[in-house]
Amino acid sequence: MLRVCWKGAHAAARQCVCGKVKAHPLQHCRRYTTAGGSGSTAGKIVAASLLTVGGGLGGTILYAKWDPKFRSNIEKSVPYSDQLFEMALGPPPPPLVPLQKKPGKIEPLQISSLSEASKESKQPKAKAKKSDPAPAEAPPAVEEAPAPTPQTLEGEESKDHHEPALKERPAEEVSARLAQQDKAEQDALSALTAGLEESLGSSAKTTLQAIGAQEAALTAIARHTNKLKEAMDSETPPDEKSTQWKALNEALSDRARAMEEAEEALLKAKGELEKLRGMINSAKQSKIDAARPQILAAEENFHSMIVDLDKVVTKVQTAQTEAKIVSQYSELVNEAKAQFQQELANITPEIQANWKGLSGKLSADDLNSLIAHAHRRIDQLNRELAEQRVREQIHIEAALEQLKLEDQKALERAVVSALEHRREDMRLEQEKKVQEVREVMEAEMRTQLRRQAAAHTDHLRDVLKVQEQELREEAQEILNSKMMEQETHYRRITQEQLDTFTLDMSAAYARLKGIEEAIDSHVIAEEEARKAHQLWLSVEALNYTLKSAGADSPTEPLEGAVRAIKENCAENEFAQALATALPEESLSRGIYSEASLRARFYDIRRLARRVALIDETRNSLYQYFLSFLQSVLLFEREQVAPPAKLAPEDLDTFRLLAYATYSIERGDLELAAKFVNQLRGESQRVAQDWLKEARLTLETKQVIGLLSAYANAVGLGTTQAP
Amino acid sequence: MSEKELGQKWDRCLADCAVKLGTGLGLGIVFSVVFFKRRTWPIVFGTGLGLGMAYSNCQNDLRSHYVLHSKVAKEE
Repeated sequence: MLRVCWKGAHAAARQCVCGKVKAHPLQHCRRYTTAGGSGSTAGKIVAASLLTVGGGLGGTILYAKWDPKFRSNIEKSVPYSDQLFEMALGPPPPPLVPLQKKPGKIEPLQISSLSEASKESKQPKAKAKKSDPAPAEAPPAVEEAPAPTPQTLEGEESKDHHEPALKERPAEEVSARLAQQDKAEQDALSALTAGLEESLGSSAKTTLQAIGAQEAALTAIARHTNKLKEAMDSETPPDEKSTQWKALNEALSDRARAMEEAEEALLKAKGELEKLRGMINSAKQSKIDAARPQILAAEENFHSMIVDLDKVVTKVQTAQTEAKIVSQYSELVNEAKAQFQQELANITPEIQANWKGLSGKLSADDLNSLIAHAHRRIDQLNRELAEQRVREQIHIEAALEQLKLEDQKALERAVVSALEHRREDMRLEQEKKVQEVREVMEAEMRTQLRRQAAAHTDHLRDVLKVQEQELREEAQEILNSKMMEQETHYRRITQEQLDTFTLDMSAAYARLKGIEEAIDSHVIAEEEARKAHQLWLSVEALNYTLKSAGADSPTEPLEGAVRAIKENCAENEFAQALATALPEESLSRGIYSEASLRARFYDIRRLARRVALIDETRNSLYQYFLSFLQSVLLFEREQVAPPAKLAPEDLDTFRLLAYATYSIERGDLELAAKFVNQLRGESQRVAQDWLKEARLTLETKQVIGLLSAYANAVGLGTTQAP
Repeated sequence: MSEKELGQKWDRCLADCAVKLGTGLGLGIVFSVVFFKRRTWPIVFGTGLGLGMAYSNCQNDLRSHYVLHSKVAKEE
């Protein structure tokens, strides 16, 4: 009762506690939820920011993948972005290779200055005409020159391609041809180089001459201009003026001569240069590779000569323009002077032209008229000056314009010539590079051809090997198959022979074996018969010993006979087994005969009847008396036929004894022993020995009976009917 | 021979009986004569004693086969 209460209290307490515990988690949960509420917003913020950043990064990477320029920009601006991009997208795409400009036709370096120079010079027009066709020829010739060069290259390549298509010539012929070609080339080359050098030398000489002449002309022009300037500006006395003028004329003539000479030399130089160009072109056309560097060098020299010549010519031209200006100025001055003189002459016709000698001859009127004229002139000149001053600006502008135009022209000319020079330079550079590349390509082509030849020989070798292998294998196969055929045929024949022989042999052998077996079996049978006989004899002996039993004494020990049996049938297991099955007692002591046992039985019977009542429970002396009395008073038949089956009431001592007596009278010891075995109590004790003896006898008799039967059977078996 | 055993037992029994009887009688007589003034009861007593002993012996001998012999196991 108390415990129940205690339990109830515990349960209640537990409930309370659990209830409290349950309450707390709710509170905690609530707190958690509230905390979670604030946490969720923070989480949302964090999530949103992460999403933004990630989106931005992803977008950047995607766009960089699409646009390489953007990618390179980012890589330049943001450090370590190139690593990120490399990780995400792979290495940056290679920069675009600038489209190679088509090698346009190199504009030929026109010897246009020739035409200009001829125009400006005061040469007769015949020369100009002569020189005009020359430059006309030169440009097309020059234009042709670059054109053949690429053509020659192509021709060479095509030739190279065509050669393998032709049938192969023998190696020696090829080498002879190659040698011939080489020699021819060498000859041509040497001729070319000689020609080139010659023309180079001559052209160089003439160019130098021309340059010298031009420079001389330049100096002459400069001197003349200076002299002219001096003559115009200086206020020298008249004698010196005349000498000045003379010197001026001389200088002018000098200049003219120098100009002529310069023009001649220039023409000659140009002619030589033309010749050189022609040579170069022909050398190019001859397509000898070895001459190329020389050609290039010649071209370079040629170009430099032309450049120098042009420079000098421009210098001369500038000097000429200066001279022109100065001459114009001098002309103007002369004109003014002539005009003045004419006016003076008009006014004072009688005064002579040379007014310098008039210093003392003039009259007052003349002087007055002269003064008046002079005053008028001065007024006129002042008016003109005023007019001029007014028109100064316009004139200056016009002059500036003219100057600008002239300057522009000169600039254009200079630019054109510089451009042409540049173009020529570049062309030469290009040629040089082409030459180098060509050499490299030639070498490479040679190595490739060599490799190809080697690969060809290797391939041939391999193919031959394979073919050889195949043929060999075929032959081997055929041989093998033939051999196999022959072998099988041979084997078959031998097998047949062998089979027939074996058959005969086996037949004979079988017969022999049969005969042998028959003989052996005969022997065995005889042996068996003998043994059987012996066995039978020994068994008979044993039987005979049995008969030696006396009335109350046992037989002789059966040992000897049994030993004899054992010796006789040592290999007969059955007999051995039987012999060993005999009980020891019979062997050592012998057995009682049936008759003695019969006699003994009656004693047993009497005793057993007397002690029929005695057993474990009843064994006092009084019981003994009672059983004796019973045996005396009980009357029954001595022999009663036993039934087939024993019922429980048949197990009475008296009845059993009656059955046993009956059996033993009929000679059935075994049955009697069986009945006696059923006795109980003191009767059993009394009959014990007899039973043992009976058993012994029965056993021995059984064994001996078996043995004799066996011996008989064996004897019957072995005996052959006649 | 197991059948002879009974006979031997009876022989022994009889012999024993005779001896015991005689001895009992004799001792009875002696005692009666010597100690009990020739009363008859010692003789009868002695005889009876002898007879009883003989009877007991005989019985024991005859049932000796059926008596269970027990042994006290030795304590080790």
